[in-house]
Amino acid sequence: MSSTPTEENAQKVTQATIVRAKASKTAFKPADVSPSRRQRSYSIRLWSVRNARFLEWFYKRFANMFLMLHPFWNWVGYSRVERPVTFVERNVKGLLFDCRMCGQCVLSSTGMSCPMNCPKQLRNGPCGGVRANGNCEVEPNMPCVWVQAWAGSQRMHDNDAIMNVQKPVDQSLRETSSWLRVTAQAAADRGVSMEKSA
Amino acid sequence: MNIDRFLNEVERPLAPLPGHSSRGRLERVLRRGEFAVTTELNPPDSANPDDVYDRAAIFEGWVDGINAVDASGANCHMSSVGICALLTRMGYAPILQIACRDKNRIAIQGDILGAAAMGVANILCLTGDGVQAGDQPGAKPVFDLDCMSLLNTARTMRDDGKFLSGRKLTTSPEVFLGAAINPFAPPYDFRPLRLKKKIEAGAQFVQSQYCFDVPMFAEYMKRVRDMGLNEQCFILCGVGPLASAKTARWIRSNVPGIHIPDAIIERLEGAEDQKKEGKQICIDIINEVKEIEGVSGIHVMAYRQEEYVAEIVAESGVLKGRKPWHRELAPDAERLIDRHESVDEPLSPQQIVDEVVN
Repeated sequence: MSSTPTEENAQKVTQATIVRAKASKTAFKPADVSPSRRQRSYSIRLWSVRNARFLEWFYKRFANMFLMLHPFWNWVGYSRVERPVTFVERNVKGLLFDCRMCGQCVLSSTGMSCPMNCPKQLRNGPCGGVRANGNCEVEPNMPCVWVQAWAGSQRMHDNDAIMNVQKPVDQSLRETSSWLRVTAQAAADRGVSMEKSA
Repeated sequence: MNIDRFLNEVERPLAPLPGHSSRGRLERVLRRGEFAVTTELNPPDSANPDDVYDRAAIFEGWVDGINAVDASGANCHMSSVGICALLTRMGYAPILQIACRDKNRIAIQGDILGAAAMGVANILCLTGDGVQAGDQPGAKPVFDLDCMSLLNTARTMRDDGKFLSGRKLTTSPEVFLGAAINPFAPPYDFRPLRLKKKIEAGAQFVQSQYCFDVPMFAEYMKRVRDMGLNEQCFILCGVGPLASAKTARWIRSNVPGIHIPDAIIERLEGAEDQKKEGKQICIDIINEVKEIEGVSGIHVMAYRQEEYVAEIVAESGVLKGRKPWHRELAPDAERLIDRHESVDEPLSPQQIVDEVVN
């Protein structure tokens, strides 16, 4: 098999090459990455950020309700309810936030914009590569998760939470329910404070 | 090699100072209130140590620290730990860059210990460019930590003497911790707050992305001063010469996070000798940013134009006649010499056991 250099070059024309050639000269173009690699709409995710204040209000009540159900979870067994609750959590949060089930939800600190959707999975703020139009460095068509997070956090009641320095992700908690963990933790804390006051 | 001669020629290792977290020269210069100059070493695509020594030699006497970049722009080169190992061996003052793109927390904590053991006094904690920016876009991006949790990790190791797991270190790494800032990318309102977060996470100095838009940087610095952040952290402004208008355009569209205003490109295009004009623009920018209150130094990034760093530093006069830095003996050199001398008579197994047990 022999091929001249021109043939070789001709084979290298990909979808990405065509798109890159058509893009405006001043726009930032990453290496040969096809923008069709992940074609999706971000409208629901952006709706959640726009309504961050309402979602914050709703989640507060929802978390309280979950905590009130603590005796029930305890009676059935937290490990036994884990699977059905995770199923619901994955689908609800998946629809609203494109949740990635990291199992340690920080949406309340990130303006209801899920940081695990960042290609670098940054949990502490935007990287330096954000484009001038507010889109992602890696995925040119996606609005930067952290530009959205900053906008969302400013709409929220607790708008300082974005300043919390988040710990590294505990990968062993992936695919587990964040709701149940928070509830169990809150119940345990409540128990401790009750013991102290008694 | 004549070790005694080597010992007499070079300066003794630096003693620890109160309030300093490292024994490095960069921290001393900054804490003394001098205007610091750092630069970047272009990492070789080679396994020859001379390539590193040659590239470092041209900075000698003009900079306070040399950044050993960690696959910048996600392009594969000699590793930053390897470069630091060579530089400390020669007695230079390197700044180890760690990017979270390529290593998980286990590798990173090991590298911090290894680097500190070799005498690296400064660590710059970065998130790193995405793999799509580099020469191997099919690589698996790691991003186990981000720059903030990396800072926190390094600080935990230094101040608490512990790994992230809580396991104790017998000797904690004495390092001066740095981070990067980019005032030139959205969300602009959040950028100064992000610096605040980085300081809370452990940043003691920061180096900025290339500054080609001085008014934008001045605006950022104003907000930083309003929050009092310039008193909690040393801010070094990133500058560099552009080789030509064509390069400037290429950088703008291919390197993430660099903002070059049209005015700069027009000025380059209008010049007869574009390379000379690029250097002049860099010097002009330095002269403007050094007057901004709260700027503690500059970070000169002259990729593939490293030979101009000395000229830029000299012509801008930022050193005010100070001769910044000369080689110093790596902190472990004396220990190394002791070990060399004791190798003459190998011990018997029983002697070794006796020595360790007693």
